[in-house]
Amino acid sequence: MSDAVRGGVLEDQIDQWRGFVRRRRAISPSDVEEMEDHLREQIADLGANGLDDEEAFLVAVKRMGNLGEVSREFAREHSHRLWKQLVLVPEAEDDAGGLSRWRELGVVLACALGAGLAVKLLFTSVDGEIAQIRNLAFVVLPFLAGWFAWKRRVTWRACAAVAAVAAVPALAVNLYPFETTPGPLPSPGMTAVLAFTHAPVLLWLLAGVLHTGGNWRSHERRMDFVRFVGELVMYLALIMLGSMVLVGLTFAVLALVDVDLEPFFEDWLLPFGVPGALLVAAWLVEAKKSVVENIAPVLTRVFTPLAVLMLAADLVALLVNGPLTTVDRGLLILMDAVLVLVLFLLLYSVSARDPMAPAGVFDWLQLALVGAALAVDAVALTAMLARIAEFGFTANKTAALGLNLVLLVHLVWSAWLMAGFVRGVRPFAAIERWQTAYLPVYAVWAGLVVLVFPPLFDFA
Amino acid sequence: MHVHIDKDLVAASATPLVLGILAEGESYGYAIVKRVNELSGGQMQWTDGMLYPLLHRLERNGYVQASWRTSDAGRRRKHYAITETGLEALAERQEQWSVVADALKQVWRAASHPPVLGSAAAGGTA
Repeated sequence: MSDAVRGGVLEDQIDQWRGFVRRRRAISPSDVEEMEDHLREQIADLGANGLDDEEAFLVAVKRMGNLGEVSREFAREHSHRLWKQLVLVPEAEDDAGGLSRWRELGVVLACALGAGLAVKLLFTSVDGEIAQIRNLAFVVLPFLAGWFAWKRRVTWRACAAVAAVAAVPALAVNLYPFETTPGPLPSPGMTAVLAFTHAPVLLWLLAGVLHTGGNWRSHERRMDFVRFVGELVMYLALIMLGSMVLVGLTFAVLALVDVDLEPFFEDWLLPFGVPGALLVAAWLVEAKKSVVENIAPVLTRVFTPLAVLMLAADLVALLVNGPLTTVDRGLLILMDAVLVLVLFLLLYSVSARDPMAPAGVFDWLQLALVGAALAVDAVALTAMLARIAEFGFTANKTAALGLNLVLLVHLVWSAWLMAGFVRGVRPFAAIERWQTAYLPVYAVWAGLVVLVFPPLFDFA
Repeated sequence: MHVHIDKDLVAASATPLVLGILAEGESYGYAIVKRVNELSGGQMQWTDGMLYPLLHRLERNGYVQASWRTSDAGRRRKHYAITETGLEALAERQEQWSVVADALKQVWRAASHPPVLGSAAAGGTA
């Protein structure tokens, strides 16, 4: 064997060893470098004493010690390394300029500031509380969508298409001749409220198209958006919580000197803070994507068993104490809320599940959850259907019933697929695919409520 | 002859040994291990990997200062030098160890002439 070949074998072995050590999270790359230098010195010394490369390598590795024990020792010294840390601004690379690594943060902050200015402009230039509220989503979400577009390098054509589609509900909520309820304090009618509440949902899903980078047909990208939304909600909640503490303390301290923060709070802090929090939370979620465990799926693990218990108790109570006393729109909305909760529990555990893993206890639990939710909904619906004819179909009732049906289809088919999966006749991927395949239905439904319901129900 | 040294004893003596070696002059991981071998006549075999967490602990406590240099072979190598605090810590350890060594020495001396149990009582009845 020539020297070159022997050296190559040794290098391969050292490479392999380095790969093993690197997998230990407690041992940092610079530690690996330090230990590799040690290993090479040892091998050279042993070689000088007459051992061949392979023997020297084996002895040197043996002397280095059991990797598990060494790594535990490193972990004791550097325990923080076991906690994944979020690096928000990447370390300066040798070839990258100092400014470019701040670019992303700069764009996010610019978008946050833009959204704040837009909200401020909306509040100062548009008269009427209702006109302000119905346009809120239309002035904030474009900045988030714009940031998605920048981050994913979406083509201008895709951006223009999304903007054009988004303009339709924007025009509808502002130009439809909605009627207001008569009385001394006129408030928006049913169809107006429905349109105002459903438009943000539609807009949010459109922003999702840009989050997928325009590649919205891809099921993987759709699932990424679902994951993103789950984490965004968690981060937003945490940021809001922190902000409340901060604002509360500021209020209290300023009250000591009789300074009233409220005008500033309402005029500036809220219009800039809330959209800013949304953008910053979105940026954090994107930055942490692969670094920190997703929180939403962890919560679903905790709440799925509890939700099964809750729904089982509800079902028993409904069946024992029936028939239902008040059968109205409130009941339908309540059932919608129950189904949405179950849907989120299902969606977020599906989003984090390894599709290759075999069916386990948790999958059965989830099937039980969906089954219990469907049973509760069925009890409510049968009580409802008998009497819905006497009440007639108002816009609100139709919207609530329609959403219930949309959710029902989603959950019934999920339950069917899950039953197939736990019995081992269907792959898990089918369940996952159904979740993402069904997402556009919600956009279509929201679009219907915004665009078709008002003319259908005479803008009442 | 190779004497097996108990793990706890190795751990306890590692810090003063490393600090003492670094007090002789700046050094790096492999050289420190080699020096320990020399000093113990090859009797103290360390688990080499364990040296690095120890060095990092000393660095965190401010006993040593680390700096990256380039070795003759062109590889990056981390060198360690003892600091003032490190020298103070070394002096303190030295005191502790000399007390322990002193006590042990007396124990060894006594143990090499063990009083025979019951000899005094036997003398009394004779």
